[in-house]
Amino acid sequence: MIEFRLNGNSGVSPYQQIVQQVKSALRLGQLRIGDQLPTVKEVVGKIAINPNTVLKAYRELEHEGLVAARPGIGTFVVNSFDETTYAAQRTLRRSLEVWIEKARRAGLDDESIEALFVDTFLFSPKELVR
Amino acid sequence: MTSALQATDLGKRYGRKWALNSCTLDIPTGRVVGLVGPNGAGKSTLLQLAVGLLTPSSGTITVLDERPASSAEQLGRIGYVAQDTPIYPGLSIGAHLHMGAALNSNWDAQLADRRIRDLALDPRQHAGRLSGGQRAQLALTLAIAKRPSLLLMDEPVAALDPLARREFLAILMEVVADQEVSVILSSHLVADLERVSDYLVVLAASQVQVNGDIEELLATHHRLVGSRREIDNFPDAVQVIESSHTERQSTVTVRSVDPILDPTWSVESLTLEDLVLAYMSQAEVQRRDLVRTNGGAR
Repeated sequence: MIEFRLNGNSGVSPYQQIVQQVKSALRLGQLRIGDQLPTVKEVVGKIAINPNTVLKAYRELEHEGLVAARPGIGTFVVNSFDETTYAAQRTLRRSLEVWIEKARRAGLDDESIEALFVDTFLFSPKELVR
Repeated sequence: MTSALQATDLGKRYGRKWALNSCTLDIPTGRVVGLVGPNGAGKSTLLQLAVGLLTPSSGTITVLDERPASSAEQLGRIGYVAQDTPIYPGLSIGAHLHMGAALNSNWDAQLADRRIRDLALDPRQHAGRLSGGQRAQLALTLAIAKRPSLLLMDEPVAALDPLARREFLAILMEVVADQEVSVILSSHLVADLERVSDYLVVLAASQVQVNGDIEELLATHHRLVGSRREIDNFPDAVQVIESSHTERQSTVTVRSVDPILDPTWSVESLTLEDLVLAYMSQAEVQRRDLVRTNGGAR
């Protein structure tokens, strides 16, 4: 079960934040097929937002085919992004940690590290691996 | 039932001063309405008219398609939490619940008892000794245990600390998720309203400045920033809400259903707080202009 949080200063609407958090949890393997999303009442009772906001987010996820609502029971994950990447993610994360450690030792501050990563990512060739 | 609250040209006058003036609203049911505006703007007056504690000086108001306080049944459908969440300090919590049960035909005793248990309150405790947060929770319990179709609340969280405020709103949202209830809630705290409400009414200078579905309002309001210029040449469909100018720059808040395509403006979206402030300052500018023009006369 995942827990939602709301960032008031992000400029992203609350319902979009919930959609993004579910997708991110699916990508990182924190949510898998068969898992149940918290009920609307559980979400609003925790983060004090309008129930319609949660419903709208769940409907969008349903529309994208990622979750399905089972009336009277709850909303469940029925699809995910490529689950075969979970194993690769672990080693990739490890090498990224090593890289960050190196960057820190080289004297880069957090913002420089993030900027360097994003810049390299954006300008790396897209279709290198087949 | 289609409207939670419907007002046509509604006004309330105290002596020569209009606390609320030519207010026309049609709020659909099933919404959580944020009622926002400066002190003295008429928020409490509007809520008291809706409960039937006040009668209009002009115009008409209906709540749930009936005249306020027209019958015991009508009153039973309305839950009202007045400003500062009043309770009877001399009575115990249990006595409050007993009174609620005796006075309301739809009283849900199970719900009331469970809420008091969940809040870890002792029914024998005197209400006068509760903390601000507990008092607000007791007032909310009394209002929701009568199973209202419309819940009216006047600044219920104003006096609460951030944690108590968040808990109060969380429970209110659980109630909305659980029961078919419309809510109208006045507050100064736009950040709270941004979380919990989906419909906005801005009252300022005794008048409704803007009202509508929040998502729709945010999608149709834009902030335009560009080089200094006169701003009277917008198309008719673009309504200027507020503008300010420096020597070199103009900043204009507009309402427009169509996107602003003029490339000489850079277009920014608004937060709910920006939107509320734009309408409040517009009302304030108009008020000052009015005082200035009438200034010498009185």
